[in-house]
Amino acid sequence: MSERILDIKNLSVTFGGLHALRDLNFHVDEGEIVGVIGPNGAGKTTFFNMISGMVTPTSGDILFEGESLIGLDPNQVTQRGISRTFQNVRLFANMTIAENVMVAQHCRTKQGVWGSLFNTPAFRKEEREIREHAEKVLGFFGTRLIGYRLEQPASVLSYANRRRLEIARAMATSPRLLLLDEPVAGMNPKESAELTDLIGKLRSEWGFTIVMIEHDMNVVRDVSDRVVCLDHGETLAQGSFEEVSNDPEVIEAYLGRPLEKRDAS
Amino acid sequence: MSTEMTTMNAAEELLGEAPSGLNLDKAVRYGGLLALSMIFVSLVGMVVGLDSRQILYWINPDVYVNHPGGVGISLGDIALFMWPLLLGAAVGNEVVLEGMVGRKRGVGDLLNGFVVGAVGGLGVAFMTMLMGWDREVDPDNGVADYGLRDPLVNWNEELYILLTFNRGWAFALWAWPLVGGVLAAVGASLRLMPDGIRKAAVAAVVAIVSVSIFQFLVDDLFEGVGETIADPGRLSNFFNDDPGAGRERVDSVFDGLIEFIYAQRGGLRLQGVILVGVAAAGLSLVGSYVTRGRVTKARKDYFDTPLPERTKSTAALMVLVSLALLILPFFTGKIVNELLANVGIFLLLALGLNIVVGLAGILDLGYVAFFAVGGYTTAILTSAGRGDAWPDWIPLFVNDGEPVLGGWLVALVIVMILAALTGLLIGAPVIRMRGDYLAIVTLGFGEIIRLLFLSDWLSGYFGGAQGITNIEGADFGPLGTVTGVNPRSVFYLVIVFSAIAIYISWRLEHSRLGRAWMAIREDESVAEAMGINTVNMKLMAFVVGAVLASFSGAIFSAKVGSIFPTSFLILVSIIILVVVIVGGMGNIMGVIVGSLVLIGVLGGPKQPGLLQEFSEYKLLIYGALLIWMMLKRPEGLVPNVRRSRELHQDEFLQDAWLKGEVDTDDEDGEVATEVAPA
Amino acid sequence: MTAAVKVKGAQRTGVDWFLLFMRITLISFIGIGLVAFVAQQIDPTNPWATFWHGEEGASTLDWPQFQGLVVTGLSQGAMYGLIALGYSMVYGVLGFINFAHGEVFMIAAFTGFIMSTKFDEAGWWEGGVFIPAMILTIIVATIVSTFVAVIMERVAYRPLRGSPRLIPLITSIGVSFFLQNAVILLFGPGAKGYATFPDWLDKDRVNIWQIGTSDTGIPEYLFSIENKKLMVIVVAAISMAALWYFVERTKTGKAMRAVAEDKEIASLMGIDVDRTIVTTFAVGGAMAGIAGILWGILFKSVIATTGFLPGIKAFTAAVVGGVGNLGGAMAGGVSLGGAEALAPLMVLDPWGITGPSQLRDAVVFTLLILVLLIKPTGLFGERLSSEDRA
Repeated sequence: MSERILDIKNLSVTFGGLHALRDLNFHVDEGEIVGVIGPNGAGKTTFFNMISGMVTPTSGDILFEGESLIGLDPNQVTQRGISRTFQNVRLFANMTIAENVMVAQHCRTKQGVWGSLFNTPAFRKEEREIREHAEKVLGFFGTRLIGYRLEQPASVLSYANRRRLEIARAMATSPRLLLLDEPVAGMNPKESAELTDLIGKLRSEWGFTIVMIEHDMNVVRDVSDRVVCLDHGETLAQGSFEEVSNDPEVIEAYLGRPLEKRDAS
Repeated sequence: MSTEMTTMNAAEELLGEAPSGLNLDKAVRYGGLLALSMIFVSLVGMVVGLDSRQILYWINPDVYVNHPGGVGISLGDIALFMWPLLLGAAVGNEVVLEGMVGRKRGVGDLLNGFVVGAVGGLGVAFMTMLMGWDREVDPDNGVADYGLRDPLVNWNEELYILLTFNRGWAFALWAWPLVGGVLAAVGASLRLMPDGIRKAAVAAVVAIVSVSIFQFLVDDLFEGVGETIADPGRLSNFFNDDPGAGRERVDSVFDGLIEFIYAQRGGLRLQGVILVGVAAAGLSLVGSYVTRGRVTKARKDYFDTPLPERTKSTAALMVLVSLALLILPFFTGKIVNELLANVGIFLLLALGLNIVVGLAGILDLGYVAFFAVGGYTTAILTSAGRGDAWPDWIPLFVNDGEPVLGGWLVALVIVMILAALTGLLIGAPVIRMRGDYLAIVTLGFGEIIRLLFLSDWLSGYFGGAQGITNIEGADFGPLGTVTGVNPRSVFYLVIVFSAIAIYISWRLEHSRLGRAWMAIREDESVAEAMGINTVNMKLMAFVVGAVLASFSGAIFSAKVGSIFPTSFLILVSIIILVVVIVGGMGNIMGVIVGSLVLIGVLGGPKQPGLLQEFSEYKLLIYGALLIWMMLKRPEGLVPNVRRSRELHQDEFLQDAWLKGEVDTDDEDGEVATEVAPA
Repeated sequence: MTAAVKVKGAQRTGVDWFLLFMRITLISFIGIGLVAFVAQQIDPTNPWATFWHGEEGASTLDWPQFQGLVVTGLSQGAMYGLIALGYSMVYGVLGFINFAHGEVFMIAAFTGFIMSTKFDEAGWWEGGVFIPAMILTIIVATIVSTFVAVIMERVAYRPLRGSPRLIPLITSIGVSFFLQNAVILLFGPGAKGYATFPDWLDKDRVNIWQIGTSDTGIPEYLFSIENKKLMVIVVAAISMAALWYFVERTKTGKAMRAVAEDKEIASLMGIDVDRTIVTTFAVGGAMAGIAGILWGILFKSVIATTGFLPGIKAFTAAVVGGVGNLGGAMAGGVSLGGAEALAPLMVLDPWGITGPSQLRDAVVFTLLILVLLIKPTGLFGERLSSEDRA
């Protein structure tokens, strides 16, 4: 846990006078799991959008493995090794589950018109590998997404399975850094506990570094090495979960919500 | 399955007592719609204009050449009388969810239908009364004017006579509600019939109408087959149609049958109607008895098979169809072959557009530009009549007024490169625009290119409005030369290229590129976030489509022998779009069916179809079809499973839920084991 | 993706470079053309002009000609602006291009033709009754076009609300095709001439400040405009002002803006969304109706294909001004009309392009492409809800 994989320096973005993020400094070390918390509208998703290239920051710099990501298109960011999920699950609803994961390997594969037209050995090999990798990634979630489900459209999946499929899709791009936007939102306690386990395994078995936005403090506590709290586009506190959750400013921002929630569950 | 049972019970409970079926309110509304439809069809001139084409003759036309009251049922009559049938059937339409039991139907439904037809008929009768008000006093008076005659070109005596059955409006006033009512009741009764009988009735009607519509094709085909039996030697002539203008009629074994079924010009004799109708109905009945749903099951199995395994049966099907297509032109004459060649040219265009619109979801309205680029480039390379401004180093594959062997193929390579470049040139600026802006801007590009070809400024190159003439055909040495004089040769050329286009579409669809296109169509920004370079991928689709269109242009140019800017109006783009949409976006089979039905039967922008009588109305019909398809069946005639899912997502999910296919969060594992097919 | 232009382009792709090249080429083509135009006005036989036009040099444009072109451009532009309002409002509220809006305009022009010939037969198309007859014609044409627009919404677009965004666009292409061909079949394919307008409208001019006499003895004025063109501009301005008042000041107008912003929230606030959408179509149709009569006054004839090109040009005007922005639509229309009238002589001719006026429509489309390349939100900014922008 030494090398910095992601380093964010003085990042700001304004939307027509509104500061969505202000002077954010933040870093992620190789192999870390960082939880990002903060009340609604704190700028968490904007933060993800900016890392993944969907929003261009007004000022500041984002370094990934030492190289700046500013000005890159989202697909180039993904190519570099950052992949993400979306808060409001955005699957390719009419593509099959296998295809959803296969299409995510696009930037790691290279067969073009020629290969597909003449069905070259290289093309067949690549297709086979894409398929195998897809099944391997889906197999990570147990039996839920494989078998007969492979050929079903993603739209028939349950909410929890859609979230799982979205994570699988992000995994399939073979990233080094995985951005998870509220991975357990809408799941019941049993499912979110299970997913929390899987997030741990994503690091230990797949070697991903993970940044995760999450409202569920149980998940954040159980899995994060470090927690960052954002509010009004600024960093309120950084540190271990205990430190951050006991920070008076954070408690104020949340109006004591984390404690309540812990009691409730 | 238990869940299904409960759903059904719940549905029955919900519906409770079945209502009687009479719904005056709705019936009167549909009646109004019916009246409007019939009046519209009359006033646009379809009733009079299509009256010349008979579908069946009550009276033998040899006996009564000019029977005043009409000698049978014409296409015009069908254009008018199909409305009460259709709306009569439509009024009983109700949404029945899968797993629920539909309402019991009864006399109320018939009555409903009758009211629809009667109200509609009354509307038409009222119009005839308006038209003929003065005539009652003196039959020599023309149609009453009211100042309507001047703007409305079809407000005339001919229409009046047809609409009143030549018996005056007083007769129409009581006859029309009756006729309309009975027809609409017949339409409504379709829903009361048992399935088998209804299918047989529909089969009979469809068969009669199509046998009549395809009279020319059938006649020509039978004649060709007959001739071949008499003289098998004529098959050896591969590329050339029979020499000389028109074939001489040779007596053949089929003449008797043709004579028995058809009277003159497409109309069936009554005996023919009975023969065809009984045959079709019988086949339908016997067929459904013999197969007992096995065909439906086979079809369902076919579509349920996952794609990789399906390819074999698809390939077999393709081979069969293409064999039939390959043999067909040997037995048909020039006119039919010309038609097939036109269908082929538009099929090739539609296949290209299908990649752009159907796979990648880019609505390109300037698609005709690539067709034009293909056509003009070929013309410049293979016509001695090209503009003087071209420098000498631009090759000209003409030698002493004869095409150079293989010259067309070399030209094709250049065409391909130029089309790809044009695709990039047009594609690059538009590819990042919103879908609808893209549509208008591509339309603009299409117009710009046409205007440049038309302009005086570049007339030294492209000939302006005079276009380029004397384009040589494509010389293939021993096989012969492909020119418009031999439509069969054009047909074969275009079939070869269509096969290539089909292969390309099919391979690309099921590859890494096809998946990327699909993802872009579904959600562009997510596709980009998942590492797909959307700009490059969309450009690629654009270019592949452009190249296919340019092939079509190259063939078109060799076929027609001269090209003008008027061959490349926006209209062409829109008609190709209609073909793709009516057939089914993103579906190769659909595109084939679409071009056969629309271009083959109705005709292309300038090319006549099998129903030449329709040429005046075909654009109206295209427009109406486009609206109707978008409203009722956006997935097209031959739907692509995925596309229809996309367009009917709500219904699809509902069905899936009723079948228990949607998994629910709580019982995840259990559902999976329960529904998983063995 | 909305992001059409990257703000900070550290990594330009091939497409970016190509687009940059295209922008530079187009702008320098226009810039050089304009400069060369000024140069050939000063000296028709300057080297550039003789290079492109041969020894005699370029032809020059005198003030009355130039001013005449400007007036023509303005009057046509005002008409485009009126049609553009319909596109702009519908796009603002429903987020799709109503391709058939041009046909609504054409049908109004057709209605005007029918009315004018009927009035003419009755002898009301001249003298003192002309003005009431004209007003009646405008009212009837507006009612007809409003009706057509509303029916169109009800039959073709309402069932499609909420479907993928290209579906209503394709439907509207179908509607356009259908209406155009229905008019051809109902009324015949030929061009229909309006009854002759009185001379005071059609031929007379308003002249200000005589500056000289031409060689043939016709007086030349600093400013001269035909009455009909003046009337077109005035009527368009009045309609625009009325529409502005309606949208900005009345309750229904506010409802329209709310629906454009967010349909769901608007309906939660008690706004009848369906009715508001119908109103939008109706108002757009009414504007197209007035534009249709103005077309009749300007060109005195109408044909079934009349709606197509003006329709597309009006859409271009809406984009140039910024979709959803009503003032922008009018400004876009006027600048488009001006560009269409002036660009062939001021940009294309200096490049030695023969028959530049043949390329007038190409100029319009190029302008559309240019605006979308350089400022996709239009010159005056678009006003769309966030869902439509995506």
